[in-house]
Amino acid sequence: MQGKKLVLSESAIHRALVRIAHEIAERNDQSSDVILIGIQKGGTHLAARLGAFLAKIWSHSVPIGAIDVSMHRDDFSAQIPGQVHPTTLPCDITGKTVVLVDDVLYSGRTTRAALDALTDYGRPKSVQLAVLVDRGNRELPIRADFIGKNVSTHPKERINVSLTEEGGEDAVHLVAL
Amino acid sequence: MSWNRKHLLDIQSLSVEELRIILSTAAEFKRVGERAIKKVPTLRGKTVVNLFVEPSTRTRISFELAAQRLSADVVNFSAEASSLKKGESLKDTARNLEALNVDVIIIRHGATGAPHFLSRFLSASVINAGDGAHEHPTQALLDVFTIQEKKGDIKGLNVTILGDIQYSRVARSNIWALLKLGANVTLCGPSTLVPRHFEEIGCKVTHKIEEAIANADIINLLRIQHERQRQTSFPSIGEYTSLFGLTKSRLETTKKDVLIMHPGPINRGVEIDSDIADGDRSVILQQVTNGLAVRMAVLYLVTGGRGTQEIAPASA
Repeated sequence: MQGKKLVLSESAIHRALVRIAHEIAERNDQSSDVILIGIQKGGTHLAARLGAFLAKIWSHSVPIGAIDVSMHRDDFSAQIPGQVHPTTLPCDITGKTVVLVDDVLYSGRTTRAALDALTDYGRPKSVQLAVLVDRGNRELPIRADFIGKNVSTHPKERINVSLTEEGGEDAVHLVAL
Repeated sequence: MSWNRKHLLDIQSLSVEELRIILSTAAEFKRVGERAIKKVPTLRGKTVVNLFVEPSTRTRISFELAAQRLSADVVNFSAEASSLKKGESLKDTARNLEALNVDVIIIRHGATGAPHFLSRFLSASVINAGDGAHEHPTQALLDVFTIQEKKGDIKGLNVTILGDIQYSRVARSNIWALLKLGANVTLCGPSTLVPRHFEEIGCKVTHKIEEAIANADIINLLRIQHERQRQTSFPSIGEYTSLFGLTKSRLETTKKDVLIMHPGPINRGVEIDSDIADGDRSVILQQVTNGLAVRMAVLYLVTGGRGTQEIAPASA
């Protein structure tokens, strides 16, 4: 590995998620309509953490789900088929405000696949997107509503998100390949 | 996670990890089948051919529905109404299908190794839907999926396969899958249909049904394959039923939580008592439901992109 630069430390990740939680609360008056849905696999732990922060802010629990997009990807024929993780939705999403949560926003193709997958389960009133890192280089007209940190990157670089839930420590690194 | 196969030709050559990948993928596809919208766009634009040179209803319909639920286009090809009847070779038939740019060929054929043969020259993916008395991989996968769903881990379970083992591709595929996943496999049936040489690969062989079912956690009943037997292997159906049929009185001697499985079609009153087939220990219809999920998973895995391509073994 040639270079590895710390983009977000443990405390920076914490601060970013707390801020995003407050931004979600600020944007959504109808707190009982909000569902957090993490995109498998990177977004699920972040959705759980945001849910805990929002529960404190709103003084009520927030439904949390997970969605897998491997059946909806547009690059299916080009890649080794990814492991299919469970899709678990806590309730009917029709009429709700869904906040999709992912770790890294890059080309936008995962988000597109997630939007497509969501429509198989119902018709949300609105969908918002929260990401820990936006690394630019979009290939589709998609943007995030809530962003932990904007990082300008080159396609040959990689963003490594490590979280305690996965057995590592909380950190985001920019890695040159 | 490392699925690198372009074809599913048999169970024997799969690793334990590959088996587990198929089973865990199937679990997610089963959930798709339980939703209001039972279709995903994964194989949109792909073409799947059911090349069934031997007749089949349930397997063909299951594959057809699996492909449709993945948004693929499906063409059904049956031997009776095809150029194979006019003397075209299997290779030429397959080459003609490939010239139409099909992506997956699902083949059922009376000859052992027919899918392996196709896989050596086709650029399409090949899925074995039963080749002679050799293997029927998706049937074994749906059987172990059903066992896992009902019993948890397969390791250490006592599985009895009862009936025609010699001529059964279902038995062969099941034996490989079960042994790889750590089950204790007992084979039982008339000595003409359950040869002792299966002991060499690690199965227990017995010709007494009482001994075979007493400690079984799962009893998988197989149909007598009249069409594959060169001569009669037992005196009469009546004698088979009296010696090896699963009757109510025999069921009373088994474990209380034994699962009764059957790949279908059932011969009620021959290998299984009608009431048992419909009883609460029978998972025969769950097997059908799970077959769809397993076949979706297999189509998903073989049609995805891949790194290095596998080469089919020269000897099948």
